[in-house]
Amino acid sequence: MTLLRLILLRILTTAITLFGVAVIVFVVIRVVPGNPIAMMLPPGATDADIARLQAQYGFDKSIFEQFIIWLGGVMQGDFGTSISLRQPVSMLVLGRLPATLELSIFALVIAVIIGGMMALTGTRYRDTKTEGAIDVTAGMALSVPDFLWGLVLILLFGVLWPVFHISGRISPSLNIDFTTNFYVFESLLRLRFDVWLDLLSHMFMPALALAIPLAAIIAQLLKQSLKETMHLDYVTLARTKGYGEHHVITREALPNAILPTLTLVGVQFTFLIGGTVIIERLFSYEGLGNMAIDAVINRDLPLIQGIVILFALLFTLVNLAVDMLYVVLNPRLRHA
Amino acid sequence: MKPYLSIRNLCVTLKHGAPILRSVSLDVSAGQVHGLVGESGAGKSMIGKAVLGTLPRALHIRSGEIWLDGVDLLTLPLQERRKRIGATAALIPQDPLTALNPSRRIGPQITKRLVDILGWHKNAAEDRALDLLAEVHIPDPARVMRSYPHELSGGMRQRILIASAFAAEPKLIIADEPTTALDVTVQKQILRLIADMQARHGTALLFVTHDLGVVSKVCDTLSVLYAGKVVEDARMQRFFMRPVHPYSAALLAATPTYTNPTGSLKPVPATVIEDVETEVQQHDMRAGL
Ligand SMILES: Nc1ncnc2c1ncn2[C@@H]1O[C@H](COP(=O)(O)OP(=O)(O)OP(=O)(O)O)[C@@H](O)[C@H]1O
Ligand SMILES: [Mg+2]
Repeated sequence: MTLLRLILLRILTTAITLFGVAVIVFVVIRVVPGNPIAMMLPPGATDADIARLQAQYGFDKSIFEQFIIWLGGVMQGDFGTSISLRQPVSMLVLGRLPATLELSIFALVIAVIIGGMMALTGTRYRDTKTEGAIDVTAGMALSVPDFLWGLVLILLFGVLWPVFHISGRISPSLNIDFTTNFYVFESLLRLRFDVWLDLLSHMFMPALALAIPLAAIIAQLLKQSLKETMHLDYVTLARTKGYGEHHVITREALPNAILPTLTLVGVQFTFLIGGTVIIERLFSYEGLGNMAIDAVINRDLPLIQGIVILFALLFTLVNLAVDMLYVVLNPRLRHA
Repeated sequence: MKPYLSIRNLCVTLKHGAPILRSVSLDVSAGQVHGLVGESGAGKSMIGKAVLGTLPRALHIRSGEIWLDGVDLLTLPLQERRKRIGATAALIPQDPLTALNPSRRIGPQITKRLVDILGWHKNAAEDRALDLLAEVHIPDPARVMRSYPHELSGGMRQRILIASAFAAEPKLIIADEPTTALDVTVQKQILRLIADMQARHGTALLFVTHDLGVVSKVCDTLSVLYAGKVVEDARMQRFFMRPVHPYSAALLAATPTYTNPTGSLKPVPATVIEDVETEVQQHDMRAGL
C-alpha cells in the first residue's frame, strides 16, 4: 500500500520534473550562441540555403512554437531527428544508453566493494593506525574529482604500466555480432567469457575513476554509522552470546548502519552518472556521455534535448529505486 | 560449595591509569542470587561487563582473576573467552528498548546463536524458544517469534530478553538493573519473573541494582560497592540485621522501604563518606596507583 502510493506519487513528480528540465534545456540551448544549421553546411552555402534548412528543422518559428511541436512529437515517442547524424534521436540515444548504464553500474559495484571493505576494516580496527590510514586514504580520494583520477589512471596504467585498456569499449577482434547493446550482459548470456573479460578490462579504468570518489564517501559515512552502531546494546548482547567481532560487525551492526549510506549512495550515484560525460570522453568510451559532448560541439539541438531528458529520467529512476529499497530494508517503514 | 563465578582482586583502570574497580573480589555460588549494590557510578555495571568481556574500550583489566566454572577467563585468548562466556553465561540487559536488533525478527534473535554457536538443530532451537516464551508468559509465542521488536511493548521485550538469556541453560546470568527502564507496574512483574526463572532453572544470578529493597526480595548474598571497592560482602539476613560497614549501614538507613516506611530519604552522612573515601585512598596507595 505504502509502496503503491509512493510509486504513484513518484510518477507524478517525475513527470513534472522532466517537463521542467525539458523547458530549461529547450530555452538554454537556443539562447546560447552558435547556429546548428550553419555548422552542418559547407562553407560556400548561401543565406537562402541556410534559411531553407532552418525552416526544414523548424528553427524559424518562435521558441514557444518549437517547444509545442517538439512536445507533441515526444508524446508520440518521437524525439526528432539528429541534425549531425541524420537519424532518429530516440534510436541514437537508446543505442548508446546500455554502454553508459553498464559503465555506471560497474563503477557503482567497484565503489561499493572498495568503500564497503574500507568501512568494515576501519570498524574492525577502530581507534588504531589502520583506521587512521583508511581515513587519510578516503580524504585523499575525495579531494580529487573523478576526471582527474581518470587522467592519473591513464598515466599509470595506460602509459607507465600498460596492463589495462584505456580506450574504447571492446577489442575490435572480439566484436561478436551483438543483438543488444548490453554487451556485458549479452556476452555472459552467450557464455563468451573471453569477450566478457575483454569488456570488463576496457571498462575497468573509466569505472575505477568514477568509483574512487564514491568509494571514499561510502567508506567515511558507513564507517561512521557502523562505529556508532557498535556501541548499541544489541551489539553488546551479541558479543556476550559468543559471536566473534567479524560476525558482530557484519550481521548485527551492518544491516542497521547501512540505511543512511544507502540514501547517500543513491544521490551520489546520480552524480556518478553525470561524471560519465567527461570520463567517457577521456577513455573514448562509446556511451551516452561521449555522444552528448559531440552533440554539444555540433549544436545538435534535438540530440542534446533527447540526451538530457534521458539523463534526467535516469536520475529520477535511481532515486525511486533507492526510496523503494529503503522501504524494503527498513522494517519500521514497511509496516507503517 | 565451590562458587560458580569467582572474581579475585579484579583491578580495572582507565587507559591512563585512573582506577574504576579496586581489587574487587566476590563469589556467586551455583544456583544462588548475589546482589551487587552501590550508588550510581560505583562500578556495578563494569563488574558485569568485565565478566562478560564487554568493557568499554577506554577501560582495561590491570590485574585479577575471573573464574567462571573453574576456568580463569582472563587466561584464555579472546576468541575462546567469548565462546566460553556464550556457552556458560548470559546477560539480561537494562534497557529492553535498545537491546533487541531492530532489523531482525524476534525468533532468530533467540534461536540463531543456539544454532550458530552451540550447534543445535534449527527445529530444536525453535521449539526451545517457543517453550521459553510461553514460560515467560508471552501470549501467542508463535506470532511474537515472527514480530519485529518495534511491534512489542517494553515489558514484552524484557520478557523476550529474559527468555533469550535462559535459552542455552546458562549456569550464570548477569542482570544489570533489569527493571529500571520499565514502568513501575511492570517492574514488579519482571522482578518476580526473573526470580521465578532463576529458581526453576537453578541458575546462579548476579543481580546489579541500586535498590536495597529489591535486593532484600530476591538475593541470597550481596556485595556493597563504593567507588569501585567492595566495602561489605554478606549473606542477606545478616546484612539487613547487622550491617558491618558504616557505609552499608548508612545506605540501609537511606532506603525508605526498609527502616522508615514513611519514605523520607536520609542522605548518607558526610562523616561516613569521609571514612570510606579514606579507605579508598589507602587502597590506592597500597596498590601503587
Ligand atoms: N566508556 C567509559 N569511559 C570512561 N569511563 C567510564 C566509561 N564507562 C564507565 N566509566 C566510569 O566507570 C565508573 C563506573 O561506571 P558504572 O557504569 O559501572 O557505574 P554503575 O555503578 O553501573 O552506575 P549506574 O547505577 O549509574 O549504572 C564510572 O565512574 C564511570 O564514569
Ligand atoms: Mg550501571
